[in-house]
Amino acid sequence: MNKPLDPAATVTRAEVEDFLYHEADLLDSWRLDDWLGLLTDDASYYIPPNDKPDGDHRFTLFTVADDIVRLRERIIRLKDPNCHAEYPPSHTRRLITNVRITGVDGDVILVSANFAIFRHRRYEPAPRQFIGRYRYKLKRTDAGLKIFERRAILDAEELGSMGAVSFLL
Amino acid sequence: MSANRNGNGHSNGHGNGQYVIEDLANLTFQVHRKVFVSPEILEDENRAIFDKCWVYVGHASELKNPGDFRTRSVAGRPVIFCRDRKGEVRALFNVCRHRGALVCREREGNTRQFQCIYHGWTYNTDGSIKGIPGDDAYPPGYDKQGKGLTPVARLEHYKDFYFANLDPDAVDLHTYLAGAKDYIDLVVDQSPSGRMEIISGVQEYDIKANWKLLVENSVDDYHLVTTHSTWLNYMRNSGVNVTPTKDHMLPTKGFGKDLGNGHLTTDNPNYRGRPVARWISVFGEEAKADIDEIRKELVARLGEARAERVANTNRNLCIFPNLVINDGSSVTVRHFTPVAPDLMHVTAWALGPVEETEAQRARRLHAFLTFYGPGGFATPDDVAALELAQQGYAAWREVPWTDLSRGMGSSQEQLATDEGHLRVFWRKWYELMGPKAESRP
Repeated sequence: MNKPLDPAATVTRAEVEDFLYHEADLLDSWRLDDWLGLLTDDASYYIPPNDKPDGDHRFTLFTVADDIVRLRERIIRLKDPNCHAEYPPSHTRRLITNVRITGVDGDVILVSANFAIFRHRRYEPAPRQFIGRYRYKLKRTDAGLKIFERRAILDAEELGSMGAVSFLL
Repeated sequence: MSANRNGNGHSNGHGNGQYVIEDLANLTFQVHRKVFVSPEILEDENRAIFDKCWVYVGHASELKNPGDFRTRSVAGRPVIFCRDRKGEVRALFNVCRHRGALVCREREGNTRQFQCIYHGWTYNTDGSIKGIPGDDAYPPGYDKQGKGLTPVARLEHYKDFYFANLDPDAVDLHTYLAGAKDYIDLVVDQSPSGRMEIISGVQEYDIKANWKLLVENSVDDYHLVTTHSTWLNYMRNSGVNVTPTKDHMLPTKGFGKDLGNGHLTTDNPNYRGRPVARWISVFGEEAKADIDEIRKELVARLGEARAERVANTNRNLCIFPNLVINDGSSVTVRHFTPVAPDLMHVTAWALGPVEETEAQRARRLHAFLTFYGPGGFATPDDVAALELAQQGYAAWREVPWTDLSRGMGSSQEQLATDEGHLRVFWRKWYELMGPKAESRP
């Protein structure tokens, strides 16, 4: 009898790292339509509130809780020059580290990574820094790895001087 | 004529001085931008406004059980907002009577006592002193019982919204709230039992702008079309009709109202959808029947007219000086505190009826994030607009006047896209600040 396919056995950390670095490059380059291409058709994107990092968006007020419909609308907004908070677009630089495959749940590959994101804007003397961890649920498809769920969890006790999270974290 | 009106003090009952000039002859209302940049004026505001007015502390639903506590900042002071073991809600300065350290460092929790980590003084949840280690070293007659945590001078609530006042002689809260009570009632009436609750998850973020700019922005419907065009696009893409009416800038014509005592609100027929009984396509087809049921309950309990008010109007309510309750796409409770002339700290929660089902609560939170909050489709652009304004005030000496004249001289009721309700705030600000501000060189 054949064993069911183990997705973890079919993906390496190096492959996941390449994927996350590619994603970071797309976001830092504001190639947002290409970034959408990395998502499954039912993907979601979450930023939990700073005081409830393990919260559930159905019961807890998040900073961002997008299903794919709203996520597509968010990209439309971010590309619009009338998205005032991001026009001209911020210069962002993401450092992605500590990438690990943490488990497998059915066809989903669980990945964790740490991030440090620096956001620079004109007239702001110092960059705004966003530090935290990612929790990904990836799926392997015929077109390669895709993001099924993406959760950016900030370490800070409050958003505070980060201000608004107007770009994709 | 106008020159006579300007600079002659309170003769017409409004702010007519150096910083707030209401010119009834020429129908202009101007605010001097020094009030957004001056550290001295901020210091005066702290004394004349934040130390004298009722400021929001928290909601009873955040303290469900005896011993529950939340650490808060009230007018810049560290405060423990808690329910004591007997069930009474308290606001205690979070300051040890011995050497002044914070005695509670956690954001929230449940406890039997607060213990200072420095020398171990302990306090009961009603603030009374519980223990002083080594108290035999104090002289005979030492007033140990008098060393409880100091309560904030006044703590009162209206329908579970708790406010504190540092001034023991302040007028009572219900009188202070004046006409704002009717608009709190409209929010609370969403709940069949009249009980609303703060939903878990807080949004705390800074805006690099003067705090008064967020008062203006919270109730200013004039900015919606330009600042929030991407949100309007999102609504349009989702099948919501956001086309302005023939004779107005917005899809519905709403009003800006003076509620007395410096409180103000917008009052708009809804077009943007509400989790309470106003379906829009964004909620999904499956939500239609559920929202119809909510509507039926409202009508049965409140009658058609009142249900219509609760379900089909949006209201952005500002309670002087710094609390905003937006009852729009969802309900937000948001207050903001100045840190510096060009920096404020914003704290915001979502509010919902305690009876909501899981699906209704999820819909409310989803609706919240379409517009509000630091990751919403609209608030980040408000933040951008306010920060740009603050940057512009670097030229306050050369370009000194902010203009708030929209709707002046109109024979009609003030629209939400007018600035009549913003002027309500500024007149109250001037009433409390005028004489102090004028004395500043």
